[in-house]
Amino acid sequence: MKRLINQRPGRVLGSTLALLPFALVLLAYVAASAARLADNPDDKLLPSLMTMADALVRLATEPSRRTGEILLWADTAASLARLLTGVAISMMLALAVGTATGLIPYLRRTLSPFLAALAMIPPLAILPILFIAFGVGELSKVVLIVFGILPFMMRDLQQRVEEIPGEQIVKAQTLGGSTWQILLRVAIPQTLPRLFDATRLSLGAAWLFLIAAEAIAAEQGLGYRIFLVRRYLDMQTILPYVAWITLLAFTLNGLLRRLNYWLFPWYATGRAK
Amino acid sequence: MNIIEARGLWKEYGCDTVLEDVYLSVAPGDFVTVVGASGCGKSTFLRMLLGEETPTRGQLRLDGAPMPDEPGPDRGVVFQRYSVFPHLTALGNVLLAEELARAPLIARLLGRPRRDALARAREMLERVGLTNAAHKYPSQLSGGMQQRLAIAQALMKNPRVLLLDEPFGALDPGIRKDMHALILELWERLDITIFMVTHDLKEGFDLGTRLLVFDKVRHDPHAPGAYGATITYDIPLEHGARAAERLPASVRSELSSTPDEESA
Ligand SMILES: Nc1ncnc2c1ncn2[C@@H]1O[C@H](COP(=O)(O)OP(=O)(O)O)[C@@H](O)[C@H]1O
Ligand SMILES: [Mg+2]
Repeated sequence: MKRLINQRPGRVLGSTLALLPFALVLLAYVAASAARLADNPDDKLLPSLMTMADALVRLATEPSRRTGEILLWADTAASLARLLTGVAISMMLALAVGTATGLIPYLRRTLSPFLAALAMIPPLAILPILFIAFGVGELSKVVLIVFGILPFMMRDLQQRVEEIPGEQIVKAQTLGGSTWQILLRVAIPQTLPRLFDATRLSLGAAWLFLIAAEAIAAEQGLGYRIFLVRRYLDMQTILPYVAWITLLAFTLNGLLRRLNYWLFPWYATGRAK
Repeated sequence: MNIIEARGLWKEYGCDTVLEDVYLSVAPGDFVTVVGASGCGKSTFLRMLLGEETPTRGQLRLDGAPMPDEPGPDRGVVFQRYSVFPHLTALGNVLLAEELARAPLIARLLGRPRRDALARAREMLERVGLTNAAHKYPSQLSGGMQQRLAIAQALMKNPRVLLLDEPFGALDPGIRKDMHALILELWERLDITIFMVTHDLKEGFDLGTRLLVFDKVRHDPHAPGAYGATITYDIPLEHGARAAERLPASVRSELSSTPDEESA
């Protein structure tokens, strides 16, 4: 018998094992739901899978009576627009500021302590300020996401630039590179894949801040919907919405991972060594 | 005129003296090899030639003018590792030198200038035997090929001096031999001055026209950092001649990291 640390599951067994926890949770839910519904058929807390499927189909196909829009898609579009705007702005700022502070000592000395202090402010604590400053529209939500994830991304990128071996920076100088050229051709291209990694790691926080902002002030959005129907204990809407948000987050994560692989073939091969 | 001139050079880090009282004149076209115990300050001296470090005392001159205090295109360099850019293909690595020179703003060439630069870059790759690896990334190249690429990249700028810091130290002996042939051929053809640090005494003797030994003259057993190393031997060599005999046996055995290679 080999040691446990040396035993690996095969393909089929591996996939089965990966699915097992999902199946167990689902099973537990179905059992609990059935038990509660047997006690009280009007129970709203743990709706059956069928009820939720019905609700989901309704949300995804029938126009709302109030606005004429199909709720699930309208909410998804609104939320994704906010999330992706915030994430895209953060990516650009993080790349520009992070690589510059990583490469240029004067900028680093000037900005590092300030950015570190900024990163200590709990983003949700300034949400009221954002609402007051930017109104309760889209802008304040996007700003909250940026404020929430940018400091981490910026510092991560700065560190990545600082980790570039000094030999390479010296080599670039012996090839006649100016500071600007070294930023453009050495620092930025080498940290781009890290940017995608940092973004992936920030997605969870981005969703958190999005849903928090939507819960407090919005007319549309996945977070808004969940918190709206909470008042009616509408679990048959909340649970599918949560599952849908999870699926979206999962997809975005995978997409970024793929993108990294496609765009920067040298990154994957270099790391495998 | 001497291309490199050091007069009374000292380098101290805090109260640690690394190099003391170094005098050196290198004539254009010399192939200077440098040996010395690990940690004695060879790389530190090379970094001063690069402009990466400044001497704490003394004078260092390049072509008669004070050494610039930062690296520049007149001094090419190849380190033992990390000398090429992992995010560029072999061709891209060599092409970069042209792009940096000719496109100050975007550091990229387009159209005709790009085609010209590509032709130069391909020629340089061919010269070091990397034609077939042009589109590979450094991580897909062997250690020897990576160093060939680093040399090609450094030579794109036609530097006055090529600085090599244990460039073949991580390579297998067989591959190291090929690299020796390559570097000698390039040195002869390009009429360039080479300054090469090595931990392999035989390599130093085989390649150089002149061998320098860095060592400490004075020791203080209670304060290892009190005294620095300096050039203790400066031996002119003729290529192909066995000149190791000119070093005392004690120094030879101390420095010879690969003694059995003599017979190989
Ligand atoms: N930036 C630095 N700060 C302090 N000490 C240093 C620095 N760089 C090198 N040294 C010291 O200088 C000595 C010589 O180092 P180095 O030139 O790398 O030796 P080598 O001959 O092996 O190349 C070592 O003892 C090292 O610890
Ligand atoms: Mg060294």
